[in-house]
Amino acid sequence: MNWAAIAAIYRFEMTRFFRTLLQSFFSPVLSTSLYFVVFGTAIGSRIQEIEGVSYGAFIVPGLIMLSVVMLAISNASFGIYFPKFLGTIYELLSAPVNFLEIVIGYVGAAATKALFVGLVILATATLFVEIRIQHPLAMAAFLILTCLSFSLLGFIIGIWAGNFEQMSLVPQLVVTPLIFLGGTFYSITMLPPVWQTVTLFNPVVYLISGFRWSFYGLADVPIGLSLLAIAAFTGGCLAVIWWIFKTGWRIRS
Amino acid sequence: MSTILSIENLRKFYDGGFEALKGVSLDIAEGEILALLGPNGAGKTTLISTVCGITTPSSGRVTVGGHDIQSDFRAARQMIGLVPQEIALEPFEKVMNTVRFSRGLFGHRRDDARMEEILRKLSLWEKRNAAIRELSGGMKRRVLIAKALAHEPRVLFLDEPTAGVDVELRKDMWDIVAELKRAGVTIILTTHYIEEAEAIADRVGVINNGELLLVQDKASLMAQMGQKQIEVMLVERIDAIPDALSSYELALNGAGDSLIYTYDVHGERTGITALLNDVAQAGLTLRDVSTRQSSLEEIFVSLVSEDAA
Ligand SMILES: Nc1ncnc2c1ncn2[C@@H]1O[C@H](COP(=O)(O)OP(=O)(O)OP(=O)(O)O)[C@@H](O)[C@H]1O
Ligand SMILES: [Mg+2]
Repeated sequence: MNWAAIAAIYRFEMTRFFRTLLQSFFSPVLSTSLYFVVFGTAIGSRIQEIEGVSYGAFIVPGLIMLSVVMLAISNASFGIYFPKFLGTIYELLSAPVNFLEIVIGYVGAAATKALFVGLVILATATLFVEIRIQHPLAMAAFLILTCLSFSLLGFIIGIWAGNFEQMSLVPQLVVTPLIFLGGTFYSITMLPPVWQTVTLFNPVVYLISGFRWSFYGLADVPIGLSLLAIAAFTGGCLAVIWWIFKTGWRIRS
Repeated sequence: MSTILSIENLRKFYDGGFEALKGVSLDIAEGEILALLGPNGAGKTTLISTVCGITTPSSGRVTVGGHDIQSDFRAARQMIGLVPQEIALEPFEKVMNTVRFSRGLFGHRRDDARMEEILRKLSLWEKRNAAIRELSGGMKRRVLIAKALAHEPRVLFLDEPTAGVDVELRKDMWDIVAELKRAGVTIILTTHYIEEAEAIADRVGVINNGELLLVQDKASLMAQMGQKQIEVMLVERIDAIPDALSSYELALNGAGDSLIYTYDVHGERTGITALLNDVAQAGLTLRDVSTRQSSLEEIFVSLVSEDAA
């Protein structure tokens, strides 16, 4: 393993993050506060409680997931798309590094940034509502796995994308709807039975359900299934990335 | 001298089937400077990209320091530094950071003394904390060189290092190349400028349409340039050079109406007098005589146009 290369890529990506640290810190604080004002106060005053948890507290796991997923994707996709766009990818391709090292460097950095923002949101949320975390280890595992797996997805998008429009295509057209329909702001048990069944085809449901379980012990689907789903998703992304580097798809002519 | 880079029958088909390299073979000795000359689209960048791992070869074998670029890519790439033709840099990054990044990427520990040495050598030390976008074009090119040197490569590829560079900077570049050579670095550079090849290369290769037409010592090329040709134009056409003239190094032109005799201007005797006598003896009638001297430029142009024909 070329550890120095992994460290170099990771550090290089993180300096970009630190250059815009204020922005990286304040924008999630602001957006989370907005969500609480809009959803927590306006809608929450009508919904009151879901299975014994106040609505404001209920949406916290979903809110964290929403931001973490979007950020992981955009960090990782831009991280690898920029070198392609600027042409600096020549250096990665001519360096003594293999695909695993490149992925660890870029995805590791993207996941770290997403994780940081997730924690900032969690901290901000405690200012608005009372939060308990029943299963802290499971919470950490879900959060980290989510950061990693969606950074992997972002990496794939960044390699696939041929222009900036395509970069936002998947996040906006696929991921955002899946997250909003995945029980971020409601429990799927609140839906009519038909839609409950339909919702089970949305992979994000498993993610948010599992994550919420680690907070409040409430789950829409069995926790084991949630873990399995995210593990399978991570494995799928890894397989695609392995294939990309093996064939040089969109990177090596 | 030992061979440090060996290219055997390298072919490259791009997607769509275009054959950019048609079986190139080339050995490069450790410590030499090879200049690759060739017109636009000849395949120079493709050749370099393939050796460096940016494009995959379709067939053939390349080894660097004995390491195969595919099966033993780490060891092979470790030895190579690449300065690409196009300037590609992160505009918001600081000079020092990008050079340090390159060193790390090639598996080396951070070494600030070494960074300083490289940046000073390239007159970039004062700019070490400047963002790339604040640099001039010539400085950016030097940053690319600094990045390529950051991991102390033994073989350096310079793809048109002096394209779009003013005269002064070009001289600077030649000095840098000369200094690297003194440090034992093997250098392969591409250029469109023949005088550049003449000024700094040990050997010159000419590539066109994906084929290596010639690779020759600069000294022997220069010797060829020291050669003159005399063209003896005849009144009648002949089918072959008469036996009586077989002792001369003669060539018959395509139309069969003139003989071309090549001789060394530095030689003690040129043999012109004897030749003209023997031509008359052989019963041929002279129409006219002219002489010409070839330059590297002409050699290049004639090679490339012959190839196109
Ligand atoms: N990625 C690619 N896909 C398809 N064809 C390509 C690709 N890259 C280069 N070519 C073609 O291969 C040929 C050789 O290109 P190359 O860039 O190697 O030329 P070059 O000798 O470096 O030219 P120049 O002096 O203009 O830099 C050209 O005809 C070019 O159009
Ligand atoms: Mg080129």
